Amino acid sequence: MPWFIKSKTSEEKRKPLKDDIWVKCGSCNAHVFKEDWFNSLSVCPKCGFHGRLTAYERIGQILDIDTFKEMFGRISPSDPLSFVWTRGSYKDIVKQTQDKTGLNESVVCGIGKIHDIPVSIAVMDFRFFGGSLGSATGEKILLAANYAYEHKIPYIIFSASGGARMQEGTLSLMQMAKTCAGIARLREKKIPYISVLTDPTTGGVIASYAMVGDVNIAEPGALIGFAGRRVIEQTIRQKLPDNFQTSEYFLEHGFIDLIVERKKLKDTLKNVLQYYNR
Amino acid sequence: MNDYFDFEKSIAEMEKMIEKLKSISPDQNHYNDEIAELEKKCLLQKQELYGNLTAWQTVQIARHPKRPVLLDYISLVFSDFVELHGDRSFGDDQALIGGFATIGKRRVMLIGHNKGKNVDENIKRNFGQAKPEGYRKALRLMRLAEKYNLPVLCFIDTQGAYPGIEGEERGQPEAIATNLTEMARLEVPIIALVTGEGGSGGALAIGVGDSVLMLSHSVYSVISPEGCASILWRDASFSPQAAEALKPTAQSLLALKVIDEIIPEPLGGAHRNYEQTSQEIRRVLLKHLKRLSAFSTSKLLKQRFEKYSAIGLFSDQR
Repeated sequence: MPWFIKSKTSEEKRKPLKDDIWVKCGSCNAHVFKEDWFNSLSVCPKCGFHGRLTAYERIGQILDIDTFKEMFGRISPSDPLSFVWTRGSYKDIVKQTQDKTGLNESVVCGIGKIHDIPVSIAVMDFRFFGGSLGSATGEKILLAANYAYEHKIPYIIFSASGGARMQEGTLSLMQMAKTCAGIARLREKKIPYISVLTDPTTGGVIASYAMVGDVNIAEPGALIGFAGRRVIEQTIRQKLPDNFQTSEYFLEHGFIDLIVERKKLKDTLKNVLQYYNR
Repeated sequence: MNDYFDFEKSIAEMEKMIEKLKSISPDQNHYNDEIAELEKKCLLQKQELYGNLTAWQTVQIARHPKRPVLLDYISLVFSDFVELHGDRSFGDDQALIGGFATIGKRRVMLIGHNKGKNVDENIKRNFGQAKPEGYRKALRLMRLAEKYNLPVLCFIDTQGAYPGIEGEERGQPEAIATNLTEMARLEVPIIALVTGEGGSGGALAIGVGDSVLMLSHSVYSVISPEGCASILWRDASFSPQAAEALKPTAQSLLALKVIDEIIPEPLGGAHRNYEQTSQEIRRVLLKHLKRLSAFSTSKLLKQRFEKYSAIGLFSDQR
């Protein structure tokens, strides 16, 4: 499944410009003091636009202070296909991305607490190969599910991904089945699984673990969809509705339970999990 | 009559020549020696060509317009087929069909994509690109198979799930994701066979199995070579390079442990000999059905989970 294809302009629009003290909102172009921007959880105080978060920023916002313990952090991509394209070899670009982001893979996993409720958590980071799902990503998401299974604690995945990673070919595709196998097993022990969809959640990730939560929660205005907008327009040769492939569109069509603002997300997760009555 | 690709040109010429010689003297056999000589040469060249296909050539064979489709296999491999229609909630997708079927003496649930072979059929079958109701019908039939204790056989041949607006609004990703999750725990054996194109999530949505098989000239990929080329190379004309890079062939995927067995096709591809292809499919399916029927449900599910847990190559050294 492709990474979500976007035109350059919309890509630029979403990325807040980072100066020394100002952040430019990716939606309304307002200039916001960096401090204010981060105090508002990277949500624009003027228009409510939800900017993208790194995995560790997300973990900091969701888990109780000092409760996060990272796991499976050594698992990282190999280059099973010796994949080379115009940008160079996959191996080299993985290395560059790791150096640039400080991440080993597109997902950070571990355990922590949400208002004292212990959880197993997997948080995707869009900066690493567009948050794409590769072999190591799939392995980590499965291991975090297995941890939840063995310790009987709820599992939460925060998705931010363009889909399956092309550079690992069919092995990436198979990670959709692998991660879903881990999720499916949670049902045997009646362990809760909550999926949180953030901007963007598309392709092979929306078509696997992101869509099968007991409760599916999305952040407002997130890009959520299966096929790339351009692919669809080429297929049907007609213009698509404006809110097509957004959180709001998915809520309207019955595929997510809730759209929750970032500042209420932690409390909402607690409210949902407190109904887990075992 | 066969349709030839560019890379089969010399073979096409030889076969034409053989036909011509044969037609000159059908009874007196003046050219017997020449014909035998040519046939021998042709066979050698075929063995050389089809034994060393590039990934892109394999993609083309997998998409051959005359390649057998599920309806062909239903009549050649199976008997007593009872087609079951509809997802019980929206409609009946003709791109993905299924029903009760018998193979040898074994009763099974047969599910699969069905491409068309001409324009009218392809319109009816939406080029084998299923919509959410197709995947939901597949799941309904799998649950029925579970109730009736029938193994499930899935025949995969699709470019991918239909990427249109109806797909999105009716929940294509939800339909696929639910199938992946349900198939992981389905309490009957599942055998998936890629017969032509295994196109991404639309293929995998009926592709989670205890045995995953491929015909020798089929392909199975995360994205089409064209899609990959237009994203990574920014130009679809690099599709041959993308096809090489994606390693979508049965031989590569067996080495990567994505699939369990390759079913050999007749020389030149399945479209050259439907009967022979069907016999091979039948032989291999029966073998796997026999093997899987020996396991208890709990053993089956444990093995399936372990099988999928083991797929993927990564490093844990960093």
